[in-house]
Amino acid sequence: MRTVLSIEDLSIALPKGADRPHAVGGISMTIREGEILCVVGESGSGKSMTANALMGLLPPGVAVDGGRAVFDGQDVLALPETERQSLRGSRIAMIFQEPMTALNPLMRIGEQIAEVFAAHGMYTQTERDKRALALITEVGLPDPAKIVRAYPFQLSGGQRQRAMIAMALALEPELLIADEPTTALDVTTQAQILELILDLRKRRGMGVMFITHDFGVVAEIADKVIVMEKGIAVEQGSAAAVLQTPQHPYTQRLLDAIPTGRLPEARRLEEAPVLEVKGLRKVYRTGGGFFREAREVRAVDDVSLSIARGEVLGLVGESGSGKSTLGRAVVRLVTPDAGQVLVGGTDLAALSEEELRKSRNKVQMVFQDPYASLNPRHRILRALTAGPIAMGKPKAAAEAKARELLEIVGLGAEAAGRYPHEFSGGQRQRIGIARALAMEPELIVADEAVSALDVSIQAQVLDLLRDLRSRLGLSILFITHDLRVAAQLCDRIAVMQKGRLVEIGAVHDIFLSPQEAYTRDLLAAVPGADWAGENRARELA
Amino acid sequence: MAVLVPVLGRLAKALLTLLAIAVLNFFLIHAAPGDPAVVLAGEAGAADEQMIAQLRERFGLDQPFHVQLGSYVWNIVQLDFGYSFRQGAPVLDLILDRLPATLILTLTAFVISLTLGIILGVAASARVGKASDSLLTTLALLFYATPLYWAALMAVLVFSVELGWLPGFGYETVGANYTGLARVWDVIKHLILPASTLGLFFMAVYMRMTRASMLEVSQMDFVKTARAKGLSGPVIRRRHILRNAILPVVTLAGLQAGQLVGGAVLTETVFAWPGIGRLMFESLAARDYNTILGVFLVSAAMVIVFNILTDLVYRLVDPRIGARA
Repeated sequence: MRTVLSIEDLSIALPKGADRPHAVGGISMTIREGEILCVVGESGSGKSMTANALMGLLPPGVAVDGGRAVFDGQDVLALPETERQSLRGSRIAMIFQEPMTALNPLMRIGEQIAEVFAAHGMYTQTERDKRALALITEVGLPDPAKIVRAYPFQLSGGQRQRAMIAMALALEPELLIADEPTTALDVTTQAQILELILDLRKRRGMGVMFITHDFGVVAEIADKVIVMEKGIAVEQGSAAAVLQTPQHPYTQRLLDAIPTGRLPEARRLEEAPVLEVKGLRKVYRTGGGFFREAREVRAVDDVSLSIARGEVLGLVGESGSGKSTLGRAVVRLVTPDAGQVLVGGTDLAALSEEELRKSRNKVQMVFQDPYASLNPRHRILRALTAGPIAMGKPKAAAEAKARELLEIVGLGAEAAGRYPHEFSGGQRQRIGIARALAMEPELIVADEAVSALDVSIQAQVLDLLRDLRSRLGLSILFITHDLRVAAQLCDRIAVMQKGRLVEIGAVHDIFLSPQEAYTRDLLAAVPGADWAGENRARELA
Repeated sequence: MAVLVPVLGRLAKALLTLLAIAVLNFFLIHAAPGDPAVVLAGEAGAADEQMIAQLRERFGLDQPFHVQLGSYVWNIVQLDFGYSFRQGAPVLDLILDRLPATLILTLTAFVISLTLGIILGVAASARVGKASDSLLTTLALLFYATPLYWAALMAVLVFSVELGWLPGFGYETVGANYTGLARVWDVIKHLILPASTLGLFFMAVYMRMTRASMLEVSQMDFVKTARAKGLSGPVIRRRHILRNAILPVVTLAGLQAGQLVGGAVLTETVFAWPGIGRLMFESLAARDYNTILGVFLVSAAMVIVFNILTDLVYRLVDPRIGARA
């Protein structure tokens, strides 16, 4: 097979004052026709920089300072800008992580695809429109004639990513660079997009550089793998070799950190429920006015469940399933339309504002985004003590407790005097957990609390939660879109779809003998499910 | 049709708002010190009881309060804004007489400032950090910071008094009796100084806003997508960045457009431009309440009309707005 791209000793310099001199420090790789190379690494490993350097899309201040990238016999890094521009989109194409923001919100999908032809001066306008329609059909978008005229906001995340792929394929590139193209998507959508990429690779015979942080995805599609850590390729080889016999300790750590579907030992649970949700409903109405009809979305539709003291209940579902609304209703950040939220016998859903303020501490939340959920102008001590002090705890006692909690979550008491920006994402999530604990809650609602973190950090935070669960007897409602994560921590799992509770049961039952079709679909869509299954089988043997 | 439906709703609300303004106006009259009849009689210099009673009867001031309110609102609905005794003419005639001059001035300033502001803003953003960008932003800051009346006076001093290039006051040359194209040219010559004085300030605002908005949008993901497609810099700026960056400029332009009738008082006064602004200024000095209230109502109506127009433009520029609501 012909070599499409060969990168030789590429290094990319960061501006002065960055945490290290080189974003990428001398990496080499080759991609052949019809081959998928996965570049794997955690955030800051330089994997996206490598892709951007190839495309000539490096951010200002960052520049290639060594090495070559030979594409079709010439070093693309040394080409003048006009030639690189004509290469972009025609022979090397790229798709991005966030399909929500990667399309121009004010342009119709058809126009945005046809624009690729216009950019390279190909075809007449009618021919361009015809080809855009054909591409939309090829990437499997429903009702192509309608999609051509649609604006991005009228499409779902998966549909937008398909539109992006259509755009990238327009001029039949020899090399497709995909930068975390499925990270922002639901598992079932992710599975479809991966299948589409595999299928297109086969039909078009293009080389694919696929950037990801997820070894599950790697197991699903990679021919070759290159593992990057801090700008250096620590390991590369065939997918089978890297996944099964990883040589470098960093690769091993990453692989170990992946929730592989190893199920925890079933634990005996207490009978006494800490939370009982009964017949909960929440309907969102949008629009409505002089001449408009209101639209109704049943975010939570007659859901009942309970959590025992010391239990971790995983609430799993795709975006729009109502899992977050349910979580927010339990904390009473949204007031449900009907139903009860009983915490220690009190119905939180029925409390007045004044009574609610006194009972707020009973249920606390840990949020998804560790960067946005702490006030950047408040020291950690204040973040941890404001709640307890408002509840009437003496200041000295609250501060002592805050320091103790910081020790418990593994940050050390001296963290109290610092500001949020001085901490990494994983550390901030620990602060978020300490903040929730400071209120001495009966229940913690963790809404996608580890989703924004790198796998190795994710594993550490999950370890912490497991530790806290056994040490403090914590009850947790753990909301996540990721079944693998849920399997690691939870005692039972509840699956939601379109506002309804589809299935609820012990982790082993859900994973090993799911009763509902939707649960089976979700499990099948988990990337690398087969690979994880093989691993488990091997471990058992 | 889909575009028009929300507009009908807005129009209904707008009419209610206008009615509320009219009622507020009515209370304003009554909140003024003394009784209009006494004021009028006093101004006429014959303040005897009999004349005051006559005036009261004539204006219906002897009627109960709610009857007066009703007849005032009914008059407004019929577009009868009352009579100006100062000018000896119906208020509506006065306003309609002055309106064209004001609209010519403010619309010219509006179009010039918006067009130049956007063009210069785009130009500055394309050269960000370079000397030409610094020059443009500094000039904009200068225009923005200069008080309007000072700029107006300086313009008259330099271009009219010193250089004698352009007429310094008025709407057309008095007594010249130009007709046809010659008259148009005459008006244009009179228009240049006041329109550019009024326009410079807003041009600076539009330019700074366009530049900032362009720079912000150029950081967005879809711009990277556009580059990855192989589009050239100018095409990306025009088709992708500008279209998205223009939204806040539209908002601001809508606000300024609302001021088209009432917002040129200073300029009209300095350049002796016979428009609504000067009418208001003169009426204010002469306590000509009916005229002032008429001008208020027309200005308020204009603000409302341009708010609706801005909403419409928004819907045209951004497809998400109509569909989401």
